[in-house]
Amino acid sequence: MARQSQAGSVSRLPEVPPELQSSVNLTTLDQVYAWARKRSLWPMLFGLACCAFEMIATAASRYDTARFGMEIMRASPRQADLLIVNGTVTKKMAPLLVRLYNQIAEPKYVIAMGACAISGGPFKEGYNVVSGVDRLIPVDVYIPGCPPRPEALIHGILTLDARFDHESIRDIRAFQTGEDKGIPEPALGPDLLNWRDLEGLVGPPEEKR
Amino acid sequence: MADTINGMPVEVWEKLQARFPGALHPAQPPERGDAEGYPQGGEHRMTRSVSRSVLQNRPRYEGVLVHSRHLLDVMRFLRDELGYVMLSSLTAVDYPEAVGQLPPHIDVVYHLFRLEGGGYVVLHVHTAREGAILPSLTPEFAAANLQEREVWDMFGVRFDGHPDLRRLLMWEGFDGFPLRKDWREAYFEEEHKPFRSRFPEGGSPLYAEERTPYHANVRYSREFAEHNLHVDEDFSEADALLYERMLSADRDTDKPLKTEEMILNMGPHHPSTHGVFRMAVRLDGETVRHLEPVFGYLHRCHEKIGERNTWLQNIPYTDRLDYINGMTNNLAYCLAMEKLLGWEVPERAEYIRVIMAELSRVVNHVLAAGFFSNEIGMYFTGSLYALEERELVLDLFEAAAGGRMMFNYMRPGGIARDLPEGWIERARALVRGRLPKKVKQMQSFLLDNEIVRARSVNVGMLSAHDAIASGVSGPVLRACGVRYDIRRAEPYGIYDRFAFDVVTREHGDAFDRVALRFDEVWESLRILEQALDAIPEGPIQSHRLSPKMLIPPGETYARIEAPKGELGFYLVSDGGANPYRYHIRATSLLNLTPLSALTRGVKIADVVSILGSIDLTMGEVDR
Amino acid sequence: MYGWGIIKTLAMTLAHFVMTYVGAAPKRGAARKRGGASDGQGTPSRGVFTIQYPSERLDLPENYRNLPFFVIDAKTAQLRCTACGICAQICPVQCIWIERAKEPETGRPRRYPVSYFLDVSLCMSCGFCAEFCPFDAIKMDHDFEIASYRRLGFMSAKDLARPESYDAEIHPSDYARQTESARQTESARRTEDGQQTEPQPADSTSPGTA
Repeated sequence: MARQSQAGSVSRLPEVPPELQSSVNLTTLDQVYAWARKRSLWPMLFGLACCAFEMIATAASRYDTARFGMEIMRASPRQADLLIVNGTVTKKMAPLLVRLYNQIAEPKYVIAMGACAISGGPFKEGYNVVSGVDRLIPVDVYIPGCPPRPEALIHGILTLDARFDHESIRDIRAFQTGEDKGIPEPALGPDLLNWRDLEGLVGPPEEKR
Repeated sequence: MADTINGMPVEVWEKLQARFPGALHPAQPPERGDAEGYPQGGEHRMTRSVSRSVLQNRPRYEGVLVHSRHLLDVMRFLRDELGYVMLSSLTAVDYPEAVGQLPPHIDVVYHLFRLEGGGYVVLHVHTAREGAILPSLTPEFAAANLQEREVWDMFGVRFDGHPDLRRLLMWEGFDGFPLRKDWREAYFEEEHKPFRSRFPEGGSPLYAEERTPYHANVRYSREFAEHNLHVDEDFSEADALLYERMLSADRDTDKPLKTEEMILNMGPHHPSTHGVFRMAVRLDGETVRHLEPVFGYLHRCHEKIGERNTWLQNIPYTDRLDYINGMTNNLAYCLAMEKLLGWEVPERAEYIRVIMAELSRVVNHVLAAGFFSNEIGMYFTGSLYALEERELVLDLFEAAAGGRMMFNYMRPGGIARDLPEGWIERARALVRGRLPKKVKQMQSFLLDNEIVRARSVNVGMLSAHDAIASGVSGPVLRACGVRYDIRRAEPYGIYDRFAFDVVTREHGDAFDRVALRFDEVWESLRILEQALDAIPEGPIQSHRLSPKMLIPPGETYARIEAPKGELGFYLVSDGGANPYRYHIRATSLLNLTPLSALTRGVKIADVVSILGSIDLTMGEVDR
Repeated sequence: MYGWGIIKTLAMTLAHFVMTYVGAAPKRGAARKRGGASDGQGTPSRGVFTIQYPSERLDLPENYRNLPFFVIDAKTAQLRCTACGICAQICPVQCIWIERAKEPETGRPRRYPVSYFLDVSLCMSCGFCAEFCPFDAIKMDHDFEIASYRRLGFMSAKDLARPESYDAEIHPSDYARQTESARQTESARRTEDGQQTEPQPADSTSPGTA
């Protein structure tokens, strides 16, 4: 529903005379781009934890994401467009997750599936758990639930689809000039050294509070 | 099992006493109250007072206290003379404060089982907290390998003589030993749940990281930060020890042809490692020279969080251990609590537990076979057929428990809610009508297929002796010809009422492990048919639960035959609302102990075949 | 014969494919029943197994739980919550924050919350809060279509409130049990003494160890 109401909000097309409507179809590059994106969004075969099984169930017979053009899950980040972070991101995994994200070709999208990916969820307090994947990489859609049902994941993917309609080709990072350095990987030291937490973290050791 | 001392048979106790006079002490006085069994003499006077104070302060503790210098001898004696061949669980408990007359110490706990006959032997060995060191069992007891590494990682107990004492779950260079009681995490909030800030003054909610900022607990030196950020490096320093080990281990120096070897990392992101499991492989051409599993990419600090939770709060967490078999995880934990509480379970609840556990086993085994076919290159078809059956069983779980994967269904003393109307009929239709047909189809689909056979027959052979020695359990053990099933060896719940066979296979290769799972599915369907017919009406819960229930002090180890093998919960209660120690004897982790040996000398393509046939869930491996 | 197994396997996949076209075609737009006889969701393995979500849905079992919601009592048009704090204590992830109301003069606790926050992005859907709530004030919702473009953090009880009729709709048998027990306590109270001036729902149940 959201998709229909927002479609065409990006740019207005000139009217086609009625006699030509059967043979002429006007569109914008943005619309073609959004159309193509929506119908060939390939997720990465990336399983972290419990939610991965719901993602597999979503791809399997009963829910079948192939209906949405997600024909196949690609194990290589180079061949994928969509990173579904499905599970707890641990500190040990964090540098690798960022590296995988950097390897996905633009345009790329991230869905944070389930409580753990959104905020750390039930394991938030753990010493090896990142409190939400959005502390590491930008996230487009959040799907709460523990774990979200397969239908909920499909709803999340459709929510992401709806975003494509008002995404202009001019804003896509892939078509910007200048070098894309990617996100610096966090480092593993005495604890996880995340580039976002850097401020206040580096310096002479203080007394533990 | 009337004649037991501290949970172990009297004859074992007497034989141990005869063989090691003065070296062993019961961790509590024998129930019969006779003090003659107490040794006399010089050396043990000290230890005797130790054991006395243990008695005074830790009622209902199990097993014997062993001095560390006798540990290896006692273990050998138990294994070779008394038949306690299975070192099932090895863990530690931290006592940062003096307990009675005992100084602060770390108590390392060993649980041993026999292949026949119930009852376990528990050994307690104490070591000081500073510079904790104990003799390693790994050179002689392979099962201790990963568990000792875990104890080193989590408690900082060094094991003298361990060939490869690296951290198991955290990375090298991590600061501190997390499961020590005085260690605090970066976003530490409070010692125990429920947190005081939530009620009644929870007016201004704040995330823990805002209240206890990260940098209040963790600081980095400037050099470290500048060196580590924004640098492109092929591997981090955390891996340096691993690669050192990879290059040094079992080098074949007198090869006729000098070839260059390479190290290949399979995982943590790899389509056939069941999640985030990583194997560092040293390859010579296509032949695996050495394989080193790397754990911890899904280490979610289960045990630390579990010791902060109240007893009931842990139940939904256990769902997330082996997330395919939430039901059996619930069951094992509730059994452990019931053992401490001494509670009975109503008849109907027992039946429902069995039904849920066996349905879970069917799902797990069918799924394991499906994913095995995926891993050896049949791509998704096999898994799709398996997942179809899984969906139908999940429908039943969801109707009863309310969740597809996370059930939170069992409670100490029963189950959470009764079965909805018509559930039994639906389950019966599935168990009688559909599943046998589909399982038969899948069985012939997989096992008669020449390609599957070519990829799995004689691949990854595990002998019965090695399997027992390395602590393997479940289908992996039975595929080697060992007739050992906890449902029969030490029946829990009402398993002794059902007719079913403990199936075994002989060769212990990848094919047998997969084929055995199908055999077990048939046995599970047999149990299910009996249980669905015999289930009585009645209450489902024997006690009224309170949110902050207390459990009397003591320790226990409860284990069940989970679909993947022996799942055990070792619980220590100090009488409070939270477990003092909450340890999970993880099946999947222990089943990986022989992986390195199994893969030595095989082709790289067989590694996935072997791994797939072992059937692991990362949630349980790493916890 | 070598290769026979492979041929059998291929035949099986073909049969699987053909069987999806045998059996009744599912109605579009309708909720499909689980365990149904002929539409691919039940014991006979015929028909299309795929659910055409979002145009078609599976029915959800009554016990299904996603996130909690708060019941607005039909009689009082208020939240039923009495700020007893049991949910905040049992919550395994500690995502419930309650501030209990106080008498301004005496400081004694009152039976309603000043504020009630629940972090929906943390909730692990275990259902303990609904299970242990003695006042049936908190229930588990069936709505799972909650994907959003930003992190949903703390939500107040008022944001998550739903009318009692919604509860009756999604939890019919649980609701029947609830009204039945309410009726019983009401009649028990009437027979005991008619002095009760202030009707308080389910007052007789003690809040346990709150």
